[in-house]
Amino acid sequence: MAKGFVAIMAERCKGCGFCVEFCPTRVLTLSSAFNSKGYHPPYPVAAEKCSGCDLCGMYCPDFAIFGGRHAR
Amino acid sequence: MNETTLEIPCEIPEDARNPVEPFLRMDRMPHIWCAGCGIGTTVNCFTRALLDSKANLDKVAVVSGIGCTGRVAGYARLDSFHTTHGRAIPFATGLKLANPELQVVVYSGDGDLFAIGGNHFIHAARRNMDLKVICVNNMIYAMTGGQTAPTTPGTAITATAPYGVSEPTFNLASLAEAAGASYVARWTTYHVKQLARSMEEVLKRKGFCFIEVLSPCPTLYQRRNKMGDGLDAMKDYKAKSKVRNGAPTGECALSMTGEIVVGKFVDRERPDYLELLRAQMTETLGDRYAEPEVSCCSEG
Ligand SMILES: Cc1ncc(C[n+]2csc(CCOP(=O)(O)OP(=O)(O)O)c2C)c(N)n1
Ligand code: SF4
Ligand code: SF4
Ligand code: SF4
Ligand SMILES: [Mg+2]
Repeated sequence: MAKGFVAIMAERCKGCGFCVEFCPTRVLTLSSAFNSKGYHPPYPVAAEKCSGCDLCGMYCPDFAIFGGRHAR
Repeated sequence: MNETTLEIPCEIPEDARNPVEPFLRMDRMPHIWCAGCGIGTTVNCFTRALLDSKANLDKVAVVSGIGCTGRVAGYARLDSFHTTHGRAIPFATGLKLANPELQVVVYSGDGDLFAIGGNHFIHAARRNMDLKVICVNNMIYAMTGGQTAPTTPGTAITATAPYGVSEPTFNLASLAEAAGASYVARWTTYHVKQLARSMEEVLKRKGFCFIEVLSPCPTLYQRRNKMGDGLDAMKDYKAKSKVRNGAPTGECALSMTGEIVVGKFVDRERPDYLELLRAQMTETLGDRYAEPEVSCCSEG
């Protein structure tokens, strides 16, 4: 199981791609699906690689994504 | 691209929530900032700094002027004031002097702080007023349509310079140091960790502190200059930034396409405005000097 998780509030996303670009373990890609405003939110293509570092959360200008570590 | 949905394929703990939310007025979301604007990224760093500094949130106030950046005051779940254009620093000065126990943060744009408000900035720095000034520098008057600011680099195309800017610009770090600031740092929205750390550092520190943050404005600065979107600006910051802590600020001027020197440039102790005032009053009046009573502070 992955060390961390990433939560995405797709409706709040504006598709800027910051989270995709700067995730250190390349967990994310922009989805092919649209949200209701017409943006492509991120989608975890490699969720098992997520460390829960929350860098995506620090970059996201729209407060639409964050990461966290699973309690062990 | 693979076909994907908006369903998230991993387990998220039920009680997980975005660490920025307690610091924001979530009822006001979504915010007005454009896709790829960097202002929201600076807000993330500010919330991390508030968390990590363990600041008493009842004693932190945010003051903004007018502009896209000025909106921060409206979104922060703190005592906050959205003042008139250019007047964030005088307002913050009054707030600080009437409530010296408050940590007063000025959060505003390059135009607000250095064009219409430039005079206030240099005098607050000269007096070493105990304010923490965060300037989101997108090199333009964004909110009003992309007019030339004192920070717009040479040759850039703006709404008021369709043939390119020819004026020299302010080097904000150098200006702040020359005017007397105790602390001067510059980062970009690419440097989220360093920016959060600088913000935390100034929240724990006395005196006039200045943090400049270069931030993308895809809509009104980059579009006219064919500089791509917010992500292109972020990649550019990553490629062109050099961390040089302690670099002489005079060597850190910015240009449109050149190197971006970032780091903490100045960190020096100087007595602040209130200390100097008290010392002078005590010297002159001796026992007859009484500290003014602070009447209007928040309850717990
Ligand atoms: C007295 C006054 N003059 C002019 C304006 C128009 N005005 C509003 S915001 C702004 C410039 C904002 O630029 P900046 O501070 O860089 O903020 P940004 O939008 O780029 O974040 C101007 C000129 C005003 N609101 N009030
Ligand atoms: S950083 Fe935020 S707004 Fe940008 S694509 Fe990722 S989730 Fe969407
Ligand atoms: S929490 Fe870290 S590892 Fe996980 S998706 Fe976000 S940036 Fe990537
Ligand atoms: S106009 Fe520029 S600074 Fe204003 S919200 Fe849009 S991208 Fe951000
Ligand atoms: Mg600006």
